[in-house]
Amino acid sequence: MRKIGLLAIFLSLALVFGTAGIAEANEVEIFSWWTAGGEEDALLELIDVFEENYPEYEVINSAVAGGAGAQAKAVMITRMVGGNPPDSFQVHGGAELMYTYVEPELMRPLNDLLEEWGYMDNFNEEILEMSTHDGNIYSIPLNVHRSNVLWYNVDMLEEHGLEAPESFDEMFEVFDALQNEGVTPLALGDMNRWPALHLFETYLAATLGPENYNALWEGEVGFDHPGVTEALELLDRTIDYVNTDHASLDWQGAAELLVEEQAVFTVMGDWAEGYFRSVDWEPNEDYGWTTVPGTEGNFMVITDTFGLPVGAPNPEGAEAWLETVASVEGQDAFNPVKGSIPARLDADRDQYNVYLQSSMDDFSEDALTPSIAHGSAAPEALMSSFEDVINEFITDRDIETTQEQLDQAASEYF
Amino acid sequence: MKYKTKEKLISVGLLSPTIIGLGIFVYGFIWRTIRISTIDWNNITNMLRGIENFVGLDNFRNIFTSTRFITGLWNNIFFLIFFIIGSLTIGITLSVFLNDKPKGHFIFQNIYLFPMAISFVVTGTVWRWIFAPGTEDFPRGINLLLTNIGLENLRWGWFTSTEGIGLFNVALIAVIVAAIWQFSGYTMAMWLAGLRGIPEQLIEAARIDGASKWQIFSKILFPMQKAITLSAVILLAHIALKAFDLVYVMTGSGPRNVTDIPAVFMFETTFRSNRYSDGAAIALVLLVLVGVLIIPYLVHSFREDS
Repeated sequence: MRKIGLLAIFLSLALVFGTAGIAEANEVEIFSWWTAGGEEDALLELIDVFEENYPEYEVINSAVAGGAGAQAKAVMITRMVGGNPPDSFQVHGGAELMYTYVEPELMRPLNDLLEEWGYMDNFNEEILEMSTHDGNIYSIPLNVHRSNVLWYNVDMLEEHGLEAPESFDEMFEVFDALQNEGVTPLALGDMNRWPALHLFETYLAATLGPENYNALWEGEVGFDHPGVTEALELLDRTIDYVNTDHASLDWQGAAELLVEEQAVFTVMGDWAEGYFRSVDWEPNEDYGWTTVPGTEGNFMVITDTFGLPVGAPNPEGAEAWLETVASVEGQDAFNPVKGSIPARLDADRDQYNVYLQSSMDDFSEDALTPSIAHGSAAPEALMSSFEDVINEFITDRDIETTQEQLDQAASEYF
Repeated sequence: MKYKTKEKLISVGLLSPTIIGLGIFVYGFIWRTIRISTIDWNNITNMLRGIENFVGLDNFRNIFTSTRFITGLWNNIFFLIFFIIGSLTIGITLSVFLNDKPKGHFIFQNIYLFPMAISFVVTGTVWRWIFAPGTEDFPRGINLLLTNIGLENLRWGWFTSTEGIGLFNVALIAVIVAAIWQFSGYTMAMWLAGLRGIPEQLIEAARIDGASKWQIFSKILFPMQKAITLSAVILLAHIALKAFDLVYVMTGSGPRNVTDIPAVFMFETTFRSNRYSDGAAIALVLLVLVGVLIIPYLVHSFREDS
């Protein structure tokens, strides 16, 4: 009996000291939600670069599975509240970083580090702006996804003698022509709500233009703006051309409709390209792309960044990690695999495929607009009320009420 | 030490981990939830800094003025009613048939019980595939089956349908079917266990007196199984209120919230919108609903015991 008691005490002590021992000085814990095939491979590439350049450190890869980081974000907040942050973690640049982490003063500014490394001028200025609050840069942008892309099935479009539209008038003409031939023009999969908001925000950017669109999130332009009405009208018209089972599909299900030749177009971020490649589709042969009408010269952006939380157990290791994230070498190792473009402007173009190269060209010239549906433009609470409002709109199609609801929801924050 | 005191100490010692655990993790957290539902933790900054401004019933006002919450509440009530009726009817029918020990009854018993061993997440995923409507030209799931057997007219949108009969959203039918499929076997097992305890002579005697099968069921079996039926109702009801995983995986909240339930809304409010206080308020409404069902039952069984 006594022996068992001693053993129990010994084991619990071992547990206490054992766990304390995990946070050794040479280990760097990196938190992200990259667990799916291509994403994880990309992260591992980046970790390889890091461990090559800084052999004294060892990475603990604590990734939490779940699409778009819904679960990971909840875990991250819990760890922050519990005073147990990782050394560095993935966070979307823009509102998500600001409202959730910077405002409660959970992040360390990184200006001095960027200057020390000499990387300050290598980034797209506007993208760095999304990580900046009161002149302080709080995270290092690693990659950039574009969300205002209109993807299409090249063969189907050719078969019907049509071309990718450049304006909304053209788009609805093409849609009409397809519908008359019994083909579903636009694939949508809004079971998870955000894809409908995603579609709406690209229309918003088109009708408002980048300046007014960005001013929406500063509270300088209200949601009673006629451009918002116009975007809702366009969305209302679009619903007639969408597959009837949109509420039972997710975004990938919608992209699949293109591959299965059941629909011709879909509006989705360029992670859809990763899906097309995974089913062996060739760019420009099988799938084509253009910007959503009216958003040419406008780059709707989602950026993954890494930051340094206050109270990180191994800040030196985290700094070394961030240097890797910020370096050309790191960005070029990660992005071609992930299917995104680097946040730096001086990366090696040849490593990227045709689509990504065209995206890189646009990225260096276009006006950037942050995405609402992906948490870059507005706080998450507003994002989910917008999701609910647009979800109801897709069914009820009441433009006036919807605009009032958008305005009311936004007025709580701006 | 007296034998009695020693025994008492042992029983207190054995019970204390449970009591402490329950005290902290159930009652303590209920109290904490009540507290959070009355302060303004509707953004992350207030929560992280621990700023607790009392706002009274504002959070409850927020949720009761939200159409999504009201729709979800009605959905949950309809879901609960039809789910219980369906599971009981099918479960009881199966158990009565199996109680006659037809050939292969053992195999069937296990087949019917089997869905219960599967988690709601798996059920939800598979039933989503089954009920996915597809489009006019490219039907899927059941609609594809209907097309192939020449019943095109019976195709409809299943869980994507936005029509309603009064306050009842017909899209819920798909979710209710999935839930009944999963839990009627469980109801059957409960009933079957009770049936095995009813003395054979009783039924034999009724038969000799010329009672029909229906009479035996309605006059003898059903009244004798009242307690078991009640337990089944309580169990199924609280499962219906907590059907988060089934709904979340199978349909999401649906177009215009046709398949939303407060449990899903609570999760999204708390963990996606970071509106902790609104989330706590929703959780409390759910707690009260479960309480309305369970407390009378507990009082009832407590009285019967003493």
